[in-house]
Amino acid sequence: MTTRLTNLAKNETGVITGFDDADTDLCTRLREIGFAEGDNVTPLHFGLFGKNPMSVRLNGALIALRKAEAKAILVKAL
Amino acid sequence: MVHENQSGTRQKIARFALLGAPNCGKTSLFNALTGGRAKVANYPGVTVEYRKGEFTLPNNQTVELLDLPGVYGDCGHSMDERVAIDAVRGNLEGERQPDGLLFLMDASHITTHLHNVLQAKNYGLPVVLVLNMMDMAARDGIEIDVAALESSLGIPVVSCVAVRASGRAHLLDFLNGWAGEILNDTATVPNAEGDSLKDLQAKARNISGVSVSRIEKAETFTQRIDKIVLHPVLGIAILAAILVFMFQAVYWWAGPFMDAIESGFGWLQGVSERLLPAGGWLTSLVSDGVIAGVGSVLIFLPQIIILFAFILLLEASGYMARAAFLVDTLMAKVGLNGRAFIPLLSSFACAIPGIMAARTIEQERDRLTTILIAPLMTCAARWPVYIMIIGAFIPNTKIGFLRLQGLVAFGLVVVGILFAMIMAFIFKRTLMKGAKSTLLIELPSYKMPVFKDYLLGLWDRAKIFINRAGRIILPASVIIWFLASYPTKANGIAGTFAGKIGGVIEPVLRPIGFNLEIAISLIPGMAAREVVVGALATIYSLDSEAVDGPIREVLQNSWSLPTALAFLAWFVFAPQCLSTLAIMKKETNGWKWPLFAFGYLFVLAYVAAGLTFHTATAFGL
Repeated sequence: MTTRLTNLAKNETGVITGFDDADTDLCTRLREIGFAEGDNVTPLHFGLFGKNPMSVRLNGALIALRKAEAKAILVKAL
Repeated sequence: MVHENQSGTRQKIARFALLGAPNCGKTSLFNALTGGRAKVANYPGVTVEYRKGEFTLPNNQTVELLDLPGVYGDCGHSMDERVAIDAVRGNLEGERQPDGLLFLMDASHITTHLHNVLQAKNYGLPVVLVLNMMDMAARDGIEIDVAALESSLGIPVVSCVAVRASGRAHLLDFLNGWAGEILNDTATVPNAEGDSLKDLQAKARNISGVSVSRIEKAETFTQRIDKIVLHPVLGIAILAAILVFMFQAVYWWAGPFMDAIESGFGWLQGVSERLLPAGGWLTSLVSDGVIAGVGSVLIFLPQIIILFAFILLLEASGYMARAAFLVDTLMAKVGLNGRAFIPLLSSFACAIPGIMAARTIEQERDRLTTILIAPLMTCAARWPVYIMIIGAFIPNTKIGFLRLQGLVAFGLVVVGILFAMIMAFIFKRTLMKGAKSTLLIELPSYKMPVFKDYLLGLWDRAKIFINRAGRIILPASVIIWFLASYPTKANGIAGTFAGKIGGVIEPVLRPIGFNLEIAISLIPGMAAREVVVGALATIYSLDSEAVDGPIREVLQNSWSLPTALAFLAWFVFAPQCLSTLAIMKKETNGWKWPLFAFGYLFVLAYVAAGLTFHTATAFGL
């Protein structure tokens, strides 16, 4: 089932299926830093308030992003 | 490319640019190749800094190397990314386009970043992919088939460990031949790859699927540490502990060095008074003006060095980005951009690089908010003031394993941060409504800092501080000496020019507990905050009624405790620093924002000092 990166639990791995945000510039930036279709992504750490921001493991790298940004990443839970 | 060198003979210089993501080791490689001899320059028209250096290849070919800001793709979302990309494209005025690109990549992250190399092929320049930190990648279970990578990328690939001479041998070997090819125009310019990022990513993932194998380790070293360091509660506690320890150390470790510098300048004063005619104006200028003024500021060099020793260590180890992650949860509360943390952190050194670093923030309103609150961070110029007043008025009693002086200093820093957050909260809801805030940063793997890079960075900071002492404090000391000596000091400071000028503004400052000497010192203090320390030293050293001795003892005898505390409170906000206002004008294109910043900081400083003075007086301190 396709959902958004923000809906994955800690240590739950999902595979990226696409990007969806009205802000196309945000989608470009997510791609440039390394998010791509087919990649596995796993939330590992969350901020103190409202689980914001989060940091996710992506192909051995660790990337920090806010919920508003993570929402643009579509994933399928594994 | 052919250049005339100074002796008139024609010599070809190969010009390379170092391109790559943040934290891939560009600066380490740059320092290692050029020996750290870099010219720091500004791009024309903008204030983003870049470094340029030269080195000689084994075959005597001279190479010029550009160290560019870190960048992921080719879009240039922020000001410094645009500068890196403009430099590569040859779009910068007064800068020649590089002859070739060294695309540096952290080998551990090859899968994530490989599409950035494909993007770099679009620049129409010869490109070599340099895989850095191959040793760390191997440790993390990553194996890279360099030959397979080369053939599928269509560009040369060189493996490298930038921080070790043996690790760079391969790269130098390659450059030996490549530089020649480039200068003869026989180097291969790769085919352009097209613009669809999605297609480039798919292609890159296919390539890495063939040439990179990763044995998924249960847990890497970095992951194990991050479980504790990035824990939402524990992580913030660790960050707070690191900061408290840092400010403790600044007071604790510097003592003996400061005593040595203090007695050194005392000895210089003695020598100058013995060698120069007794009672003459020249003696007074040298001893009371120059030596007292410059000495009172240079004494803080040990503390500045200790402070930066910590900041640079946190940066080089990979912790700093994690600190940004930990505090972002708070930054989001006040509506501030997560990326603002790094400019704000730079502002602890000086608001000027901090305000310039705000260029990495994409949203204009977030950038403006960050610029406006940057002066509330405790910059290095405030330390001399804090250290002098705290040293003179706060007893150094032990509280548990901490000391009161360090705690007070830490408290002042915290108050500054707190008000920065409050002001950001207010600005974001009034003047700067609407902008969306982002974070999106990579948290690098932990690494052992390279000792040489570390020392070079520390030396750069010390140099800036010493230069300021020479360029700003020295002339300011001479001017203050003159104003505080003439036309007559028969009736103490009141009869001098300085006394007359100070007398005009003193009535405004009297309600907040400031005396005439403080009023006088604040005027030259407009040039730079730490000038106040030198100014007070000179004023009291000329004042015949004041006791002689180190400035600390002089102040203890001349100021009440409420006045000293009010003075500290003033300096948490202190609007005075012409260079900060000037850089604000440059970065915001006008006087509107710098004047606004000056106004709101002045009001805060005045109210805070007044409240502190009257509260302390009411408590009978």
